[in-house]
Amino acid sequence: MHLFARVALVAVALWLATAANAEAIEDMVQALGAKESAEKIAAIDALASSGDERALGILQAMLDRRLFRVKADDRVVFADKSDGGYQLTDPLTGEALGEVGRRDVKKVSVNNKLRGKLRGTIGGMTLLSPEAEARAAAADAVFKTPNAAILPILDQAIEAETDASVRDRLERARAAVQIETSKESAVRQAAVETLAQFTDPDVRTLVASLLVASDDGFVEADDAVRAAATETLATIDAGIARWTLIGNLFQGLSLGSVLLLAAIGLAITFGVMGVINMAHGEMVMLGAYTTFVVQEIFRNHFPGGFDYSLAVAIPAAFVIVGAIGIAIERGIIRFLYGRPLETLLATWGLSLILQQAVRTIFGPTNREVGNPEWMTGAIELAGGVALTYNRIWIIVFALVVFAGLMILLARTPLGLQMRAVTQNRAMASAMGIRTGTIDALTFGLGCGIAGMAGVALSQIDNVGPNLGQGYIVDSFMVVVFGGVGNLWGTLLGATTLGVVNKFLEPYAGAVLGKILVLVAIILFIQKRPRGLFALKGRAVEN
Amino acid sequence: MKSIPRMVGGLGVAAGLLTAGWSVNGALADDQTIKIGVLHSLSGTMAISETTLKDTVLMMVDDLNANGGLLGKQVEAIVVDPASDWPLFAEKARELIEKEQVAAVFGCWTSVSRKSVLPVFEELNGLLFYPVQYEGEESSRNVFYTGAAPNQQAIPAVEYLMSEDGGAAERWVLLGTDYVYPRTTNKILRAFLNSKGVSDDDIMESYTPFGHSDWQTIVSDVKAFASEGKQTAVVSTINGDANVPFYKELGNQGISAEDIPVVAFSVGEEELSGLDTAPLVGHLAAWNYFMSVDTEENDAFIEAWQTYIGSEDRVVNDPMEAHFIGFQMWAQAVRQAGSTNVDAVRQAMYGQNVRSLSGYDVTMNTNHHLSKPVMIGEIQDDGQFDIVWQTDGVVVGDAWSDFIPESSKLTADWTFPWVCGNCEQPIFVSTN
Repeated sequence: MHLFARVALVAVALWLATAANAEAIEDMVQALGAKESAEKIAAIDALASSGDERALGILQAMLDRRLFRVKADDRVVFADKSDGGYQLTDPLTGEALGEVGRRDVKKVSVNNKLRGKLRGTIGGMTLLSPEAEARAAAADAVFKTPNAAILPILDQAIEAETDASVRDRLERARAAVQIETSKESAVRQAAVETLAQFTDPDVRTLVASLLVASDDGFVEADDAVRAAATETLATIDAGIARWTLIGNLFQGLSLGSVLLLAAIGLAITFGVMGVINMAHGEMVMLGAYTTFVVQEIFRNHFPGGFDYSLAVAIPAAFVIVGAIGIAIERGIIRFLYGRPLETLLATWGLSLILQQAVRTIFGPTNREVGNPEWMTGAIELAGGVALTYNRIWIIVFALVVFAGLMILLARTPLGLQMRAVTQNRAMASAMGIRTGTIDALTFGLGCGIAGMAGVALSQIDNVGPNLGQGYIVDSFMVVVFGGVGNLWGTLLGATTLGVVNKFLEPYAGAVLGKILVLVAIILFIQKRPRGLFALKGRAVEN
Repeated sequence: MKSIPRMVGGLGVAAGLLTAGWSVNGALADDQTIKIGVLHSLSGTMAISETTLKDTVLMMVDDLNANGGLLGKQVEAIVVDPASDWPLFAEKARELIEKEQVAAVFGCWTSVSRKSVLPVFEELNGLLFYPVQYEGEESSRNVFYTGAAPNQQAIPAVEYLMSEDGGAAERWVLLGTDYVYPRTTNKILRAFLNSKGVSDDDIMESYTPFGHSDWQTIVSDVKAFASEGKQTAVVSTINGDANVPFYKELGNQGISAEDIPVVAFSVGEEELSGLDTAPLVGHLAAWNYFMSVDTEENDAFIEAWQTYIGSEDRVVNDPMEAHFIGFQMWAQAVRQAGSTNVDAVRQAMYGQNVRSLSGYDVTMNTNHHLSKPVMIGEIQDDGQFDIVWQTDGVVVGDAWSDFIPESSKLTADWTFPWVCGNCEQPIFVSTN
C-alpha cells in the first residue's frame, strides 16, 4: 500500500510536470510571435533551455522564416507556401492545420539581431552534431554570440573533437566566450593569447574591441589583459598584412583576366585586321544575352542540368555572335576598308542600334543570369582574404581562350591564311586565298570570342543593354597599350593594367586610381607609340 | 487578353513619339483633352529604372479615363524620350510645355536631370512631379517632390542602425556613386553622425564611378575597416547598375548582414529582380513604401499593375508609389481648382490628402514636399523586403537639412507671408 501510494505519487508528479512543461512550451512558442524583439529573445532562450527535443526544429524554422502568426487567432504556426496561399502545420504536434489565404497569416519578423541570436542558440544546440560541417558552423555561430552558459558544452565538444580544423574553430569560440564572460582576468588574458594564432578579421574585431575607450577607462579594465591584447593585435596585423598582399595580387589578376577577355576579341578585329570596331562591346553584350536565353531554356526544360548551362552557353555564344559578326563584316565593314573614320562612325551607330534592339526585345531592365553552384562562394584564406570561385574560373577561362586562340592562329591552316591576308593582301590573293572569305571569318572569330567573353562577364556583371559600353574603352586601352597586332602584348597589357589598378585603388580610391592609370598610359604611349610589343618588319609599313 | 493593355501601352508610346515629332497636330485636340507630359528616359543608362515609371503613369491615365476622365475631359499622356541625356531633358521639357501645352509633367529620375530641367519649368511656369528620393536642399515653386527628402530616408535609416534593434553601429562606411545625390546626402549624414558623437575617425567615405563593376578592393577595405573592434554599418548611396556587382561581391566574400549590415537608399524591388538574393538576406533598404506592405490598397495596385503590364513577375517599387500619390493629388487638385491652370492647381495642391498604398494619409506641404511614413526593410531570399521598422505616423519632408549649417537657416514655404523656397526672412512682413 505504502509502496503503491508512493509510485502513484511519483506518477502524478511526473504527469503534472510534463503537463506543465507541455503548457509552458506552448507559451514559449506563442511568445516567439511577440511584437517586441526583447520578448522574442526571452522566448528563444527559454525554448533553448527547456531541453525539449522539438525546440531545435522550431528555432530552425524561425530562422528559415517558416514561422507565421495566424491573423484571426494570433496562433503561431509553421507555414509553407502552396498554390492558393499557405499550408499550416502545428509547430509542436506536426498536425496539419489546413490551408489559408496569403493574407490570413503574417510572417514572424526576424531582424538581423534576432537572426544572430538564433544562429548562436542553434549553434549551441548543434555543437555535438555528428557532422563536422554542422559542428564548424555551430562553433562560428557561438563565436559571434558569446554566452557563458555554453562553456561546459564547448569544453565537452573540444574534448570529443577529432577534426583538427573544427577543433581550431571550437577553441576560437571558447576563447571568445571566455573573453566576453569570464570574471577572472587570468582566464581572459590566456584567452586573448590563444587568439594570436588566428589571422582573421573577426578575431581582430574581437581583440580590438577590448582596447576601445569607454566612459570609465577602457572596455577591458585589466591592464595585463590589455597588454596581451595589444600584443595579439600586432601578431594578427602582421599576418593580415601578408595575406592582404596575396589578396591584392589575386584581385589584380582577376581584373586583368576580365580585361583580357574583353580585349582579346578586339585584338583580332582591331589589332590584326585594323577595323576600329566600336560595336565590340555590344558583341560582348550579345554573348551575355545568349547566356540568359540558354539559362532560360534550362530553367524551363531541364532544371536539373542548370549547373551545366554555361557549358552550352559558351559554344552557343561563340556561334551566334560569330555569325552576327560575319553578317556585319559582309553587310557593312567590307565596304569601308581603308576608311577608319567612316568605320568608326558606322560601327558606333551599329552599337546604338544593337543596344536599342536588345532593349526592345528583352526589355530595358537587367536580366537575371544565375551563377551555377560551382561558381558561387569563395575559398576563404586566412586574414579575411577570400578568393571567389567565379573570379577563379574566369581567370582560368581567359587563359584557355587565349591559348586556344594562339594555337588557332599559329598552328592551323585558317590561322595561316588569316595572317597571310592581313600581312599582304595582294600576295595572299595571288596565292589563291579567297581574301573576302578570310576577312569575314577573321571578323567573325573576333566577334565570337567577344561573345564568349560575354558569357564569362555575365557571371560578374549586370546583363543589361549597357553591358558593353563599360568595356569598350578598357578594351581599346589594353590593345593599344599591349601593342596593336600582338596577342602576347594584349595578355601582358591586360595583366599589368589589372594589377597596377588594384594596387593603386586602396591608396587612391576607385575614381582617382582609374585616372592615374589613364595618365600613365598616355605618358607611356608618348614614349612608345606602338605599345609594349611593337610589331617589327614589313607588316608595320602599311 | 493579356496582350491588349500592352498593345495599348505600345500604341500610347508610338502616339506619344509621333506627336512629339509632329507637334503641330497637337493643337487640334485641345478642347476635348487635358494633356500631361511624361518625361522619363526610355533608352540609355537610366531606361532600366525610368521605363517602369512611364508605364505607371500611362496605367493611371487609362484608369482615370476609364472612370470618366477629369473635368469632363479625357486625359492624354504625351510621352517623350530624353534618352538619359541631361541636356536633352531640358529640350524635351521645353517642347512639352511650350508646344504641347501640357498641364503637368511627371518625370525625371537622377538629380542631375532634375537640375537640368529646373530653369525651363521656372521660366515657362510649368509643373513637374518628381517621384524619386533625393538629396534635398531645393524647393522650387514649379516642382512637387513626391519622393523622400533626406530626413524621410537617410536620417531615420542611420538612427535605426544606431539603435539596439538595428545592431548599435558605432563605425560607418559611406559608399556612393560619384555625383550630386550621394555627395550631398553623405555631407548631411556626416554632420548628423558628428552631432551624435561619432568622430571622423569612425567614418569612411568612398566614391565610385557610374556603372562601377569591380568591387573587390572596396569590399576588402570595408572588411578591414570593420575589424577595429566596433560594430560597423555601411550606408550605400550606390546608384543604378553598379549595385548588382556590389551585392554579388558582398555575398561572395561572405559578408553577412549580421556582421556588417548594408543599408541602401537606391535599391528597391526592381533593382533586386536581376539578382539571387539568398546571400543578401538581412541587408537593409530605407524607403517610404515596400511592395510587401500588407494593405488592401496595395494588393489592388499590384494586381492592376501586373494586369496592365501583362506579367505576374513584375514588381512595384517606391518611386512608382510616389507617382501614384503625385498623380492622384494632381487629379484632386485639378478637380478642386476646376481648371488645369498651373497657378490655380499649385494653390489647390497645398494640404491635398491621398491615402498611400501603405495605408497612411499622405499630405502635400507648402514647402512642396510630402508628409510620408518611413520604413526600413530587410532583404528576403525572394527578392522582397520584410519591414522591420516603420514610423508610427508620417514625417514632414524637410527641404533644407537642419544638419548643414548654411541650409539650416533657410525656410521653404510657398504660402503667405513667406512665398519663398530658400529664404531667411519672409518676403511679406506683416505690418499691423
